[in-house]
Amino acid sequence: MATKASRSAARIMMAPAVVLLLGWMLVPLIMTLWFSFTKYLPLRGDSIERGLDWVGFSNYVRFISSSSFWPAVHTTLIMVGGVLLITVVLGILLAMLLDQPFWGQGVVRILVIAPFFVMPTVSALVWKNMIMDPVNGIFAHLWRFFGAEPVAWLQDASLSSIIMIVSWQWLPFATLILLTAIQSLDSEQVEAAEMDGAPSLKRFWHIVLPHLARAITIVILIQTIFLLSIFAEIFVTTGGAFGTRTLTYLIFQRVIDSQNIGLGSAGGVYAIILANIVAIFLMRIVGKNLDA
Amino acid sequence: MARSVTTQRKALTTVAAWTIALIIFFPIYWTILTSFKTEAQAINDPPLFFAFDWTLENYSVVQERSDYMKFLWNSVIIAGGSTVLGILIAIPAAWSMAFVPSQRTKDILLWMLSTKMLPAVGVLYPISLIFVKFDLLDTRGGLLVVIMLINLPIIVWMLYTYFREIPGEILEASRMDGATLKEELLYVLTPMAIPGIASTLLLNFILAWNEAFWTLNLTAANAAPLTAFIASYSSPEGLFFAKLSAASTMAIAPILILGWFSQKQLVRGLTFGAVK
Repeated sequence: MATKASRSAARIMMAPAVVLLLGWMLVPLIMTLWFSFTKYLPLRGDSIERGLDWVGFSNYVRFISSSSFWPAVHTTLIMVGGVLLITVVLGILLAMLLDQPFWGQGVVRILVIAPFFVMPTVSALVWKNMIMDPVNGIFAHLWRFFGAEPVAWLQDASLSSIIMIVSWQWLPFATLILLTAIQSLDSEQVEAAEMDGAPSLKRFWHIVLPHLARAITIVILIQTIFLLSIFAEIFVTTGGAFGTRTLTYLIFQRVIDSQNIGLGSAGGVYAIILANIVAIFLMRIVGKNLDA
Repeated sequence: MARSVTTQRKALTTVAAWTIALIIFFPIYWTILTSFKTEAQAINDPPLFFAFDWTLENYSVVQERSDYMKFLWNSVIIAGGSTVLGILIAIPAAWSMAFVPSQRTKDILLWMLSTKMLPAVGVLYPISLIFVKFDLLDTRGGLLVVIMLINLPIIVWMLYTYFREIPGEILEASRMDGATLKEELLYVLTPMAIPGIASTLLLNFILAWNEAFWTLNLTAANAAPLTAFIASYSSPEGLFFAKLSAASTMAIAPILILGWFSQKQLVRGLTFGAVK
């Protein structure tokens, strides 16, 4: 049983982490909130020292009513949804395949996981140049080999190309987690169903998929949080052009390129709210697991 | 009864698994291969898979032109420093939450996790302002602290899930034998906690090494790590595939090797213990 002394010792030991994270969360958050209600254009001489003009909710209204807002929401949804669909579906199939016995499991596992460890700027640039370049990329060689006209991927199919790059990065994550979940499936249950003559599709639908439900949910939630803030992959490939401007990238441009801090901050608050909605669901699942 | 698998089926699975694995790995393989070609060979049509003269020239060119070692050193300092600092701060916190839990422990843990969900772009300007104010822009120290803070929740969580698996009875027994808190920490807990701490160290070093929002936005010439170094190749100049490949290979090689060691901890670390 914990004594009173160990309780207060525990509190002291927790303090540095809690205080640091509290500061890290609150200070910038309060600043962003404050800026979002002001006119703040540093290039036109606005500064905190001289005092910022309070403009109420007009930044929030302007951010939403700007012509780039809905396209950005649209792009974000397609990008996040596309990557989730690809990584989860392929992840399930791949995990089931890798769960079977075969020769060289260790090496195959290593090869499949590898993309996850490649830094975002490298994977984006390698794909952009070595794979997707319309003249010298591997795809262009392949297309020509089959007598087709090579595609200028990052211009003509820019959003799909970025979805492909990001899916390549995240497929290992989905596969690894789903594989871990599959391996905990009670093989006796599957065997029993097999002996009862249940066809494999039915076995998958009624036994494997329900068992994976939790792992799939976790993959979706964690990936969503990371995918909503995809940045480097867009930054080094299209720079937000050709219909690849996501909400995150739009906010980045408002703040850094056009130096409209008030407007960008209002966008930032929207992004924070959006991320928190996803986060609440993730917390519920993780929290439930803590009790167990 | 163990499931019997026919050799034929095993062979089929082997072919399928290897084919898919090689396709997934291909971009990395191709990058490494291209880094040993000359620029002309790199864009040869048809692509050269085997027969070319291997050269190390690209590696020396990349090092000469852009001082690769400086970026590498920045990456090592920032990723290593932020991880060690984060672990030093997280160990006491995770220890106390695992062994002296209170009603609020769960809330604190979940709250810590929620700070990880804060979209970076939402607080980009405030952080830049703070960096300008305290003269931290383009310094390794400033970036190190930021990266430490964004990974701190994961570090606390991972350590917590590892510490929780250490049986409490052992601690009680040592306490009954008269061990002080310090002795308990030093001689009983630490040896048992070392594997968990090592995995946490590994995974977070990888995450810090690959972080590419703050490193791109808060550094310029002096403190830029490899993520930013590679980004400078986004505006191509003439023939550069082989050099890009050499630079990329150098940036990812250390982490690929570390990553292969950490694959078991990966699942646990990135799902906050929800999948084991």
